Amino acid sequence: MLALDVNDVSHYFGDFCALDKVKFSIKPGDFTVLLGLNGAGKTTLYSLITRLYNNRTGLINIYGHNVRDNSIEALKHIGVVFQQPTLDLDLSIEENLQYHSALHGISKKEAKIRITNELKRIGMLDKTKMKVRSLSGGQRRRVEIARSLIHKPKLLLLDEPTVGLDIGSRQLILEHVKNLCKKEKLAVLWATHLIDEIDKGEKVIIINKGKVLISGDVDKIINKARVKTIRDAFNKLVKI
Amino acid sequence: MNILFFIRCFNGIVLREALRFIHQRERFFSALVRPLVWLGIFAAGFRSVLGVAIIPPYETYITYEVYIAPGLIAMIQLFNGMQSSLSMVYDREMGSMKTMLVSPVPRWFLILSKLLAGVLVSILQVYAFLLIASFWNIVPPISGYVTLLPALLFSGLMLGALGMFLSSAIKQLENFAGVMNFVIFPMFFASSALYPLWKIEETSEWLYYVCLYNPFTYAVEILRFSLYSKFNIEYSLGVIIFSIIFLTLAILGYDPSRGSIQKKGG
Repeated sequence: MLALDVNDVSHYFGDFCALDKVKFSIKPGDFTVLLGLNGAGKTTLYSLITRLYNNRTGLINIYGHNVRDNSIEALKHIGVVFQQPTLDLDLSIEENLQYHSALHGISKKEAKIRITNELKRIGMLDKTKMKVRSLSGGQRRRVEIARSLIHKPKLLLLDEPTVGLDIGSRQLILEHVKNLCKKEKLAVLWATHLIDEIDKGEKVIIINKGKVLISGDVDKIINKARVKTIRDAFNKLVKI
Repeated sequence: MNILFFIRCFNGIVLREALRFIHQRERFFSALVRPLVWLGIFAAGFRSVLGVAIIPPYETYITYEVYIAPGLIAMIQLFNGMQSSLSMVYDREMGSMKTMLVSPVPRWFLILSKLLAGVLVSILQVYAFLLIASFWNIVPPISGYVTLLPALLFSGLMLGALGMFLSSAIKQLENFAGVMNFVIFPMFFASSALYPLWKIEETSEWLYYVCLYNPFTYAVEILRFSLYSKFNIEYSLGVIIFSIIFLTLAILGYDPSRGSIQKKGG
């Protein structure tokens, strides 16, 4: 079964076409990069997948559950890290994660165990009681990733999760998510405009002005574009 | 999804609201100072100007401070409702509302839970206000403190739902100042909070009708009656009807397939 199936999805803001018949799919265990410039339609696509917006055309299925008709079942399977930070700055890490757990119907006792595990995994167990306001940008992002995994989703959506972070934090987050993908068969859709976040053998979807220009393995895209690197392929396809 | 799931979710939302409230102590104090200024300064000045005849639910002549107390309680709830909706706009702009909206819980349940959480916070503020107001000799019968509770729930729900609906319609945080000018102040002044309706009718007939059909008047009056352990069917029905209308509008406002949230990028 596909982890995420996006089929012919279009979206308009008034007359402006933000997404135009977008079509792609992700299998469990896939690390897929959604590559596009700012304003390409990545965040709109995430808003549709997470049902923040209603998809009026096309179909979005998450593990076979239609997001529009069966949003509750579909949303159970996804973990999201939005482009904008979404932690409550005045609450501690633990309070933020407890809140998220409650929204997913997880008991306090179980949540405590899961929070400990996730914070241990990102090396922040000693900061459990710290206010989010006192954390660095990179630490906040790691907490957001930990939070998105508390309810054990099977599909992880990350929208520009490394924007504004230093190289060290970026690398740490990227490695963490890629490890999750390999070890736990987690399907990941990683939206970015930073080409250096793509490794050989990974799947890439290039989106520009609301349209999917090409999708497939890095090598396939390079071959099709008849260039040497994924950066060249991207530049050629989006005509930079 | 069972009942336990919903209870945990509701508890989580209430706890977050309570924690935010505890962390923002100044919010608690400003919520108390505002009505106390009205009570201590405005009411003291107005006492000699405005004579209040015996009107239900009062059985004797009352001081002006006693008269405006229910209005000030409703004011606490109105401001709390608006504060709560302001935090919704803030959360939306800052992105933290997305966490709530992408959880696998029906949207109506999330809105209702958030609303009730805000109402519970406002009830705490009201009882703290009543405690301080007792120094101004505003002492309703003991039973009034108990019968006030259900009225607070309904009036809080109505005013909170209004705030929630407004927050779904407001595009940016900056626009919220307009809400203060065009919603809070007209609602408060054009109601029975500060002066009895019959007084207003003596002065201006059209203003009397504005006050009579103002939802805030209904909130003030059920609080006034319940504070003296009395029940007024007309005002109670009014609050229920307005609550249903505002709640429906708020839920529709946050519905991704219908609401305005989609147009501005929730």
